[in-house]
Amino acid sequence: MERYILPEIPNYHTLEVYEEHGGYGALKKALGMKPEEVTDEVKKSNLRGRGGACFPTGLKWTFMPKQTTKAKYLCVNGDESEPGTFKDRQIFELNPHMLIEGTVIACYAMGITTAYIYIRGEYGKWVKMLQKALDDAYAKGYVGQNILSSGFSTNIVLHKGAGAYICGEESALMNSLEGQRGYPRVKPPFPAQNGVWGCPTTINNVETICNAPLIINKGWEWYSKIGTPKHPGPILVGISGHVNKPGVYEVATGELLTDLIYRYAGGIPNDKKIKAVIPGGSSTMILRGESIEGVRMDADSLKAAGSSVGTAGMIVMDEDTDLIRVITRISKFYYHESCGQCTPCREGTGWLWKILKRFESGDAHVSDIDLLMDIANNIEGNTICALGDAAAWPVQSMIRRFRDEFEKRVSKTPAARESSVAAAS
Amino acid sequence: MLTEESLKKAEEIRTRYPASQAALLPILWIAQEQEGWISEEMMRYVGKLLDLPYGHVLGVVTFYSMYNSKKLGRYHIEVCTNISCMLRGSDKILETIEHRCGAKPGETSADGKWTVSEVECMGACGGAPMLAIGEEYYENLTPKKTEEILSSLE
Repeated sequence: MERYILPEIPNYHTLEVYEEHGGYGALKKALGMKPEEVTDEVKKSNLRGRGGACFPTGLKWTFMPKQTTKAKYLCVNGDESEPGTFKDRQIFELNPHMLIEGTVIACYAMGITTAYIYIRGEYGKWVKMLQKALDDAYAKGYVGQNILSSGFSTNIVLHKGAGAYICGEESALMNSLEGQRGYPRVKPPFPAQNGVWGCPTTINNVETICNAPLIINKGWEWYSKIGTPKHPGPILVGISGHVNKPGVYEVATGELLTDLIYRYAGGIPNDKKIKAVIPGGSSTMILRGESIEGVRMDADSLKAAGSSVGTAGMIVMDEDTDLIRVITRISKFYYHESCGQCTPCREGTGWLWKILKRFESGDAHVSDIDLLMDIANNIEGNTICALGDAAAWPVQSMIRRFRDEFEKRVSKTPAARESSVAAAS
Repeated sequence: MLTEESLKKAEEIRTRYPASQAALLPILWIAQEQEGWISEEMMRYVGKLLDLPYGHVLGVVTFYSMYNSKKLGRYHIEVCTNISCMLRGSDKILETIEHRCGAKPGETSADGKWTVSEVECMGACGGAPMLAIGEEYYENLTPKKTEEILSSLE
């Protein structure tokens, strides 16, 4: 497939080269359309969000009130922190103008006059790269007052986070933007009614926004024919772990996971077998290596396989991988990143990690497997935001699909069990 | 306290948001860039600047992992040990660093040169294992390459 979001064109990140290849042409076109026509185009394209939830983007845009006395805001989510995910960083570095162009188009469609691009604090270097591109775009009149003499004005502000996975959750992002701790908000009210500063707000992922210029340029019909009809378009797949060529690959949705691993990422080092695959970032359910045959990188196919697309950050593990160590590390992450608002998540993530450490050290009791499952089940669905689910799913799926791995690590002596319980309490 | 130059930047930043509280994170970044860390005195100062209680500023500083409420060594070595890095040998990288710097995660070396931190996913999984020093990422590490990076900072 031709690459649209990360094209192989030298210096594409500069305004000059971006313009030479038709850059900001979509913005010109959009400004000649009615705002609702732009939204309609995106809606018909069937573009679905690339941040993890696969929500239809055009539909989300229609939630914004047309008649309101309040200011309206767009937040572009570049907090990218889900383990295994490293695609948005490529956009900041290699195609920042497409992100800027998409942001202005989205603002025009929804009648928004200020957009904030929230970027994780660790990406300081990439914030500077994007700021350079933004300054150039302002200088050329693509952003700011009276854009391309259309009468439409909008500003874009870059906002740097300061290290918190939870700020990728849209309502936590808004609180963080407001200068607070990144605590997720209870919904409803939804952001389109009551978002940042109590105003109507739309939050879209960086990669999602990059699809807008493409749709406007080439039309929804063209776009909707790329990849899987129900979840179409180009998608950035990050492949990491035990593969020969880890990296971000732009493909059409619906690519076979096996093709992604073997054709794009060069297969497994030393031709080992695949033991397990996490298909879309650490929170998505783990799949057994032998079960990925025929599974495709799109929402429906991965759902049918018992997992999800998430951020399309695939983590591949070979036959020698210690999966108990993997799940213990993942659980430590969610324990570390839980914001602490909801008891099931705050306490439960810590319990999961502590009990998993018993399996790692060989001190667990066989009943600890069910205990893990019980804790995970009690976190899932019982928290304000999806971090609780994100912590529960990897544990639940690991137990369901690799129970033998846990059983192998159970302590052989009852005395060890007693001491491990004492140590943990 | 913020220098005149930092204050100027802070003033400009306030104009980017409809409410001044939103300038808190960016101004804390400015404070940290100026001092290398954020002291209690600085938190109180920033609080006054934005008309926010000290407790709010303290709550924010301690919530976000990148604000340092303690002084760090001259170089802050952050090593990712999350899953993609772990699968590609981050424990060997961390070992190399601990040995070379004489500090374990969370510690600063006795000579004040190195602070070592074990960090969560930095979004460089395709270049795992990795470490970061300041804003610079070092990817596709081996113990030998790690030694070389640390040597170049001597």
